[in-house]
Amino acid sequence: MLEITTTRHNPLVDPHLTVWSWEIPLYLFVGGIVAGLMILGGIAMLRMVRGEDTRGYFSLHAPLASFMLLNLGMGALFLDLAHKLYVWAVYLTFQPTSPMSWGSWVLLIVYPLLMASALIRLPEAWPWLARTFPMVRRWSDALLARPDRIRLLAWLNIVLGVALGIYTGILLSTMVARPLWNVSILGPLFLVSGLSAGAALLHLMSVLLPPKRPAPQGMIGGAVGALVQPLGAQAPDKNTANWLIGADIGLLAVEVLMLGLLLIGLVTATASHAAAFDLLMSGRFAIAFWGVLVVLGILLPLLLQGLELGHRIPHTIVPALLVLVGGYTLRWLMVNAGQVSEVVSTTAR
Amino acid sequence: MARFGMVIDTRKCVGCMDCVVACQTENDVPLGHARDWIATVVRGEFPSLSMEIRSERCNHCDNPPCVTCCPTGASHVSDLGGIVKVTANRCIGCKACLSACPYGARFVNPKGYADKCTFCDHRVKEGKDPACVSVCPTHCMVFGDLDDPKSTAATLLRTRQWHTLLPEAGTRPRVFYLT
Repeated sequence: MLEITTTRHNPLVDPHLTVWSWEIPLYLFVGGIVAGLMILGGIAMLRMVRGEDTRGYFSLHAPLASFMLLNLGMGALFLDLAHKLYVWAVYLTFQPTSPMSWGSWVLLIVYPLLMASALIRLPEAWPWLARTFPMVRRWSDALLARPDRIRLLAWLNIVLGVALGIYTGILLSTMVARPLWNVSILGPLFLVSGLSAGAALLHLMSVLLPPKRPAPQGMIGGAVGALVQPLGAQAPDKNTANWLIGADIGLLAVEVLMLGLLLIGLVTATASHAAAFDLLMSGRFAIAFWGVLVVLGILLPLLLQGLELGHRIPHTIVPALLVLVGGYTLRWLMVNAGQVSEVVSTTAR
Repeated sequence: MARFGMVIDTRKCVGCMDCVVACQTENDVPLGHARDWIATVVRGEFPSLSMEIRSERCNHCDNPPCVTCCPTGASHVSDLGGIVKVTANRCIGCKACLSACPYGARFVNPKGYADKCTFCDHRVKEGKDPACVSVCPTHCMVFGDLDDPKSTAATLLRTRQWHTLLPEAGTRPRVFYLT
């Protein structure tokens, strides 16, 4: 028998860690989607430059949607801070050993990058902006006139998208005190999950955007129109949607593989990691892990999308919605189960 | 540079909580929070039982994960004997250090910043012992420079059996428990 009693009862720490509530899973989720959208948007820009997709459909919507989602995520992140008035301290220093410091600086670069990326198509989608601020049109024309500039933007989106998608997983994986997080595959897993959620969101947008109407001319109507109206003569062609579904199938398959590797990594490591493995396999998080993440969030959309591509069932938005549910569940599970997971004393102390 | 640490004799500790009260008073620790606490560990099967009473706190690790994860450098290793400290006006309250500490030694001060034991560095600077050490009625705690072979702390570690908390975490704690 081993019985430990303690007089400590610090809030958020005892009986187990609960420092991160809904804000962090939400940030990790939308941050992952933004990363995925940046990478997919970068690819769309490269295709546009190569003349493979003259409409460059997602080159507008990926950066604009990313920008809005990033604001949501950063808002959640700010709400989570306990010492909010001192948030500026992050940008007075760079701490090379802290993934959070890396991530803060990446986020600072991502904002102007997303604005510049949206600028490529923004005057066309939001005429009021171009009329009121003529320089917006000039900047946009300057970008469109030089394919090498769009190519540079595309690669910046891809590289910083990877950085944004992977840093959150690396942040958690550096914490030796939380064995569930302390596995190196977490970064790549979050990146792939973000990519698949980004593809699912683009897929949803391609289906749900209203048909093309003349661009609203006003300030507010134009802004809303730029977000929800497709550019070009018609909605994206079937090939674009199919390409997204195909990409999502590949990404979900890689995600299953990575989850498998995560579990193998946990069960074959230390006693602490094995205890974290039990949390997911049979502990209090097992239903969320197996039922919601693995079955509903990955395997079911994998099956449905495979059948859709094979023309066995009609296209629906159900798989894309399920992928988004799975993406959120992965972050929720990791944050909550990770805070329960602790280093196990092998010497019974 | 000195390397301050603490050696606590579990054979002398009676769990009176004087150290806890002294810390609360000396450091004005907010109500409902604790920078140090008493853990009681009972092992074995009745009637073959053993009990260890420990006064626990931040371990001021030689390899502190709370310092490496801090995005602002607010969590840092002080020049004063390697004491691990938090600069309140650099801390953004992200709570990464609370997650990174395997001992749960940190908490969020109601003012918003991460808070923890400082080994009473304001007293140490004046050549005094930390408040918890100075009030212990059984003299079970010894504070000193672990790198000075003549210090009482270093001598005890050479001559007595000891353990640290969660050596599995690889943090190299500097609070030692004599057994």
